[in-house]
Amino acid sequence: MSVAGTASALPRLERKGKVTQLRVVLSEWTKLRSLRSTRWSLLVGSVLAIGFPLLFATILSNRWGHLSLRERAHRHPLDVALSGVHVAQLAIGVLGVLVITGEYSTGMIRSTFIAVPKRLPVLWAKAGVYAAVTFVLMLPAVLIAFFGSQAILGNHHILEISFSHPGVARTVIGGAVYLMLIGVFSLGLGAIVRNTAGGIATFAAIMFVIPPLLNILPSSWNNAINPYLPSTAGDAIFSLTHGSDTLAPGPGLALFCGYTALSLAIAAMLLVRRDT
Amino acid sequence: MIEASGLTKDYGAKRAVDGLTFTVRPGVVTGFLGPNGSGKSTTMRLVLGLDAPTAGTAIVNGKRYRDFSAPLHEVGALLEARSVHTGRSAYHHLLALAQTHGIGKSRVTELVDLVGLHDVAGKRAGEFSLGMGQRLGIATALLGDPATLLLDEPVNGLDPEGIHWIRSLLKGLAAEGRTVFVSSHLMSEMELTADRLIVIGRGRLIADMSVDEFVQQASGKVVRVRSPQAERLSEVLAGPDVVVTSADRGTLEIHGLTAELVGEAAAAHGIVLHELTPLQVTLEEAFMDLTRADVEFRAVGAPAKKEEAAA
Repeated sequence: MSVAGTASALPRLERKGKVTQLRVVLSEWTKLRSLRSTRWSLLVGSVLAIGFPLLFATILSNRWGHLSLRERAHRHPLDVALSGVHVAQLAIGVLGVLVITGEYSTGMIRSTFIAVPKRLPVLWAKAGVYAAVTFVLMLPAVLIAFFGSQAILGNHHILEISFSHPGVARTVIGGAVYLMLIGVFSLGLGAIVRNTAGGIATFAAIMFVIPPLLNILPSSWNNAINPYLPSTAGDAIFSLTHGSDTLAPGPGLALFCGYTALSLAIAAMLLVRRDT
Repeated sequence: MIEASGLTKDYGAKRAVDGLTFTVRPGVVTGFLGPNGSGKSTTMRLVLGLDAPTAGTAIVNGKRYRDFSAPLHEVGALLEARSVHTGRSAYHHLLALAQTHGIGKSRVTELVDLVGLHDVAGKRAGEFSLGMGQRLGIATALLGDPATLLLDEPVNGLDPEGIHWIRSLLKGLAAEGRTVFVSSHLMSEMELTADRLIVIGRGRLIADMSVDEFVQQASGKVVRVRSPQAERLSEVLAGPDVVVTSADRGTLEIHGLTAELVGEAAAAHGIVLHELTPLQVTLEEAFMDLTRADVEFRAVGAPAKKEEAAA
């Protein structure tokens, strides 16, 4: 490294500005794009969202002749096209936690809060930037997954469905919306827990561990609770049809938005109060 | 200008900062001294609004830190614990912080050059040496051209050249009329840099005075005497607050009495003196003397004496 041998006077700064929400957004965008872990997680998320549908479409095309009629009837083209969403949510959720816990584990959060001592603008900016980035990346991903898997299946004239078929566009785009919300939801969890391992564990417990556990309960209980779990409500956002025991897409979206807002609200409350 | 008033912070049952009241004025370098664990870093975190005080207030340039709409232009801070994301480059770290205040890229480049990180600005901060990390921290503190600087142990990890650089930088910043508040546990460093001292121990204020006053206050109380009747003299001088040590035969070093008192005692008992010299102690010795009772992790068996915090 080069060393400044003699003391240089600090050059004056001519223009002095205030902290604004927009400036904090720009700062958070710089932070997000300047980390290797972000770029990798988002790349992995996109690859998973596209790769799994293409893989499943290929397997089904090749094995279709061996499947029973009953089994064929249970396959749905959108299940194939959106299979990647279930996998990508892990990458998006983990990165959402990391966006904030990475600052706590390294001590960066102190620099951040010294620059923005009111703190809340940081949380809003992180959530906004991460939501925008996730949606902008995941929307093309689910569209590529849909049209790509349809192209493969179409070659074999199986499981064909048109994008203009009622509800299809809504469901496919719903996959990207779901991933965006899951990112913000997990970011809120990260801000509440402030610890990477704990944040990821909390996220996994809520989304993947608790739902199957409810099967142990009497089924009348399970049926009453299950539709309102974050994971089930989230699923409704990118499901074409819904049964009597799950929510319709609209209410599902509203409920999952509610969970996301709750996660952020608790995070905001704690962020302002706690020592750093 | 930094004004602490009755500043107190409890972490659970432990009181880290205990009723601190002091003022740090612009135009001079003020050293913030105390043994490790005495509450220096906590005090700085309270001033910066990172932790909320249990009682009391900390005011910077007339406001609570959290009330500033452009804090980086008011206060520049270097915290002892690293406060940088290890995965981000020095340049992007500075840029992200600059952007919160609409500070441009040219300023970031200017600071990178100023602290001598030009060649490594694109490297991940996690790969930095301690000294490079300190330089990045100093660049962060100076980014907004602040009126007040709060630096926690800035010379930590710097090479001699770097230490020389930071000393003249701090003096230069103070000479420009800024408030410069620098913590350290190294007296020798403060002796060279600071004009005023705020000394704390176990979270309480021990001294708030100029460096010269601080040394003088302690110096008046150490006297060297040479006498052919040294043994008789040490018997005569013995008292509860007096410590007599002997390096050579016939030479005594007396702690706790002034030269006048020693001379008068010798005359009263007809003891011949060959030398009577008030000793100038170093800042380090003065500090050790003052904080002896307040060092938190003392060797077992050392007496916990005197509660004479000169508050």
